[in-house]
Amino acid sequence: MFANFDVSVIASSLPYLFGQGMVFTLTLTALAASGGIVFGTALAMMRLSGIPGVTHAAKIYVETMRSLPLVLVIFWFYFLVPYIGAWATGSATPIQVGAFASALVTFTLFEAAYFAEIMRAGIQSIPKGQTAAASALGMSYAQTMRLVVLPQALRNMLPLLLTQTIVLFQDTSLVYVLSLTDFMGAASKVAQRDGRLVEMYLFAALVYFAVCFTASWLVRRLQTRVAIIR
Amino acid sequence: MRLRDAFLLAAIAALASGAPARGEELTGTLKKVKETGAITIGTRDSSVPFSYLDGSQKPVGYAFDICLKVADAVKAHLKLDKMEVKLNPVTSATRIPLIANGTIDLECGSTTNNADRQRQAAFTNTHFLTATRFVAKKDKGLDKTDDLKGRTVVSTSGTTNIRQINEINTARSLGMKILPAKDHAEAFLMVETGRADAFVMDDVLLASLVAGSKTPDAYTISSEAQSKPEPYGIMLRKDDAPFKAVVDAATAALYKSPEGKALYEKWFTQAIPPRGINLKLPMSEAMQKALANPSDSPDPAAY
Amino acid sequence: MNYNWNWGIFLEPSPEGVGTYADMLLSGLSWTVATALCSWVIAFSLGSVIGVLRTLPSKAANAVGTAYVELFRNVPLLVQMFLWYFVLPEVLPTEIGTAVKQLPDAPFYTAVLCLGFFTASRVAEQVRAGIQSLPRGQAMAGTALGFTTAQTYRHVLLPNAYRIILPPLTSEFLNNLKNTSVALTIGLLELTARARSMQEFSFQVFEAFTAATILYVLINLVVIAGATLLERYVAVPGGR
Repeated sequence: MFANFDVSVIASSLPYLFGQGMVFTLTLTALAASGGIVFGTALAMMRLSGIPGVTHAAKIYVETMRSLPLVLVIFWFYFLVPYIGAWATGSATPIQVGAFASALVTFTLFEAAYFAEIMRAGIQSIPKGQTAAASALGMSYAQTMRLVVLPQALRNMLPLLLTQTIVLFQDTSLVYVLSLTDFMGAASKVAQRDGRLVEMYLFAALVYFAVCFTASWLVRRLQTRVAIIR
Repeated sequence: MRLRDAFLLAAIAALASGAPARGEELTGTLKKVKETGAITIGTRDSSVPFSYLDGSQKPVGYAFDICLKVADAVKAHLKLDKMEVKLNPVTSATRIPLIANGTIDLECGSTTNNADRQRQAAFTNTHFLTATRFVAKKDKGLDKTDDLKGRTVVSTSGTTNIRQINEINTARSLGMKILPAKDHAEAFLMVETGRADAFVMDDVLLASLVAGSKTPDAYTISSEAQSKPEPYGIMLRKDDAPFKAVVDAATAALYKSPEGKALYEKWFTQAIPPRGINLKLPMSEAMQKALANPSDSPDPAAY
Repeated sequence: MNYNWNWGIFLEPSPEGVGTYADMLLSGLSWTVATALCSWVIAFSLGSVIGVLRTLPSKAANAVGTAYVELFRNVPLLVQMFLWYFVLPEVLPTEIGTAVKQLPDAPFYTAVLCLGFFTASRVAEQVRAGIQSLPRGQAMAGTALGFTTAQTYRHVLLPNAYRIILPPLTSEFLNNLKNTSVALTIGLLELTARARSMQEFSFQVFEAFTAATILYVLINLVVIAGATLLERYVAVPGGR
């Protein structure tokens, strides 16, 4: 009932919710988005490279990731990352990976598959004539990509990349399944401790809404600004 | 348990004589701790009073205190000037994989030591004994196992309790609907909000959840237990005998000392954070025996 | 890698006493599919209505449609799941709230509603985009033939729009299917939840998750194949 809606429980947990929870969420979002865009761009270039093995590897990676639920991927990596780390460093025992690092690896690798599809569309949106012109100027493949194609592709795709980042921001709430303290995790810990579900979950919804709504609005404004110039 | 004690004493004696100082090669967890200067403890969100978050969301509890003592012992054993104690939250479902994959070195909580789990992880000496029961709202009138027929029952995923209740459900064909919850708080919440009729768990955890709830009088814990009293132990990685020897020696010394008893009293017979609740669970006879003769046996009959 | 593989685990009986671990995963799969299909019915019908609202020549209809889409798109699915499951019964009148909580299979119904309303906002965006991508002449031609607005949508705009948006709708359907896994947080025993329980009971983490992964990839392939067939079946002969 709203009759005994207790605002004080929200007020008293604000430092915890934002100081710890929101900081975790935002750090994870920012780092995973940057890592995801870099790795995603690499995947997109691999997929468009036309080299048989490379193209297929990138395609299989992207398609598999995109057909799996994020929750399953989170579980996978939480248990698997230490073993991968041990294999990569040649250590005999599984290496220690903190919860945050594990979540970061998970989201970077998962979102990269989605960023890769955006970047692939971005790269394909650049007319062939431009790459032809670049090679006519004597540029190598790397130079063509770095100086001609990618800057434009990034600019064209910026709104989509940012929208995907907003999705990522929402998705990070799923680290709840590992009991990590992101914003949602913090809210639910307080909710369960104090038996104040209605207040905490509504408040969490409100905060997510405010952040995402504002961010989407900014992205839309940006879209009209950067829209190109073809 | 005489023979076991003899071994234990021998192990302690070996350790006391400074076994590792003789330039032996360190292995496993001890090596890792020495190299990284850090040990990682897995903590729980809501295993009151074993390992849970206090008012400022910091881990506290009976098992957590024991782990801190163990960490001190490891530090002393390795002769480290400085050792960082890192904390990593775990749930019932993640604790065993996280011990195995090296994310945590010690799991401090309310983990039942049984033969099945010993295949995946090692346990040090028992720090508590508890049986499986269920909690329900008083007005539902549920008291015996058979009262659960056809009811919706919740338990925490990854626990021995959910396994036991599943087995009972099949053996007695009770037709219960058994829901897994992420942790104890979430499971109790299901009972509190009426989403489930009963919550099946270790009785000590149920008692503390009830004591900590808004209306402790509204709940009742079943008189019939669904299992024999089972031992709780702190979990460590399997096949790491040198580390286990250090931890076993540290816990055995602690449990037998007056400090062990004081620690028990601090968490079970005095007011505990975050809300100053007193669980009022004085040490049972079995518990006194278990602490006086530290053992890591998974067999309930051994206690 | 010091991990004890045991692929025979799937044939061992699960501790629930009914069948093997493989049966356990398959029962999870059927809950996943059932939840995905039921919620898709809501998502598709509601999403179409909202999408149409956003293209109508009425300010009020537009506002309602926009408000719906913004509301359901800007709150994480997990939070929406909790609002439906934990918050809704508390803010309803006590008797209704209690009745809701005691429904058998409450997690299933909650998940269906929640996913249905959530996915509807995404379907709505596709439907709107589909309708807006049609040449304006089509709506005008409808009017010229004496169709009412409803008839224009029914006989001209929607049939064309649905054909255009079939590929993005397929991917929304797949998203919806994957999103059913979020319902494990409210106790729905779907595929991911079952893989997790299997891991907890048998301690064979990687076998359990590998099996779930393969099952998800398989359903995806089946859905994509189905969508391709559907596309071919509904294609207008001689059209684009």
